[in-house]
Amino acid sequence: MDIKDIKADVVHDVTGTFCPVPLAELTAKMKEMEIGQVIELIADDPGSIEDVPAWCKSTGQEFLGMFEEDGEYHFFVKKVKEMK
Amino acid sequence: MGEKKRRALALLSGGLDSSLAIKLVQEQGIEVKALHFYTGFCITEFKRRTGQTKEDGSPYVNPAVKAAAQLQVPLEIVDISDEYYNVVINPKYGYGKNVNPCVDCRIMMLRKAKEIMEKEGYDFIVTGEVLYQRPMSQTPERLKLIEKEAGLEGLILRPLSAKVLPPTIPEKEGWVDRSKLLGIKGRSRKVQIELAKKYGLDYEQPAGGCCYLTDETYAARFKEAYAVEGIITRDDLILFAVGRHLRLPSGTKLIVARNQGEVNFLKGFKNRYGYAYRKDGKGTFALIKGNPTQEELQLIADIIARYSKREPAKVGININGQEIELIGTPPDDQFLEQFKIYAKKEVKHGH
Repeated sequence: MDIKDIKADVVHDVTGTFCPVPLAELTAKMKEMEIGQVIELIADDPGSIEDVPAWCKSTGQEFLGMFEEDGEYHFFVKKVKEMK
Repeated sequence: MGEKKRRALALLSGGLDSSLAIKLVQEQGIEVKALHFYTGFCITEFKRRTGQTKEDGSPYVNPAVKAAAQLQVPLEIVDISDEYYNVVINPKYGYGKNVNPCVDCRIMMLRKAKEIMEKEGYDFIVTGEVLYQRPMSQTPERLKLIEKEAGLEGLILRPLSAKVLPPTIPEKEGWVDRSKLLGIKGRSRKVQIELAKKYGLDYEQPAGGCCYLTDETYAARFKEAYAVEGIITRDDLILFAVGRHLRLPSGTKLIVARNQGEVNFLKGFKNRYGYAYRKDGKGTFALIKGNPTQEELQLIADIIARYSKREPAKVGININGQEIELIGTPPDDQFLEQFKIYAKKEVKHGH
């Protein structure tokens, strides 16, 4: 399946913010989500390309992939475990 | 054993000490979640915002994100920037060497950690603090005060210095084995560097290195603005970190971009302040805060010429929506020195 076909349950735009704000926003949003739900995070901090997968890895959430469009990065993360 | 698995929340700056503190409790079978606080004064964020990169062109990395990945520990980043403004402007326990309100900052972060601890069912807090490492916030009295103010008496375990501090609840209850913790004190980082090798930890700059409130030039600008203007705004707190700052005789402040990233960044404040720029766009951009005199308008044009290829140039100056045009001629650098605000060499003693 193409990454662009993923239908996210939550879409959150953090463009204009820079690390660590995108990850703070991602953490806060994901804490509210149910297990199994997918979030699409839209960011324009190029550093996010490394940060988001690294954060997913250490935190145990599933990084589904990303694409870039018009200088914006769309990240897809699935909540697979509780964050308490 | 059938014993309940104990869970700790650890404060992670991403420096070596906080990383090792986590490693030491992880080794004792404690489940750890790391908390990293975004205060609004983060050097990595600022570098990225102004488009600065490492020599190889890659973005600067937040040390906590990197450390969490190495330690394989879940990381929660908590944004406290809104409330943090008041801590910076009016710290109950004052500033450190620069404008770092370390004691108030610790209290605030630990209060936040306590909230999360109670809400999510964690048993205690872990920090990378080392006794006597920092004169302001890490004396026994200060550590105790911080604990008390945060409402966490006996619940903060400092694995690097545990053996030289009174036993905490996690030690007394046997959740962690005190004998396996360390007794480091003082400023030397020898033991930590050895341990980093042992654990194969690749770590970032010295502790506190990601907070620009500890930066000397930032502090010089903060103190100067407070002395001259009597007030520090939220914009000021951001702008102290950007560009060259010059104070003109009338009290007008000029903030001049040093590179394209800063030009773009300062342009974001165009609606709130006056500004000056080289007319053909081939040069710097400066914000003007205050009401320059007639002579100072010429000086501003000259300064723009100096920092735009150091050649005479047509300069546009916009104040309250009124634009004028002047020819700027680069002045002597020595002449400009008297207006510049930064940490001058002579105040750097004792470092």
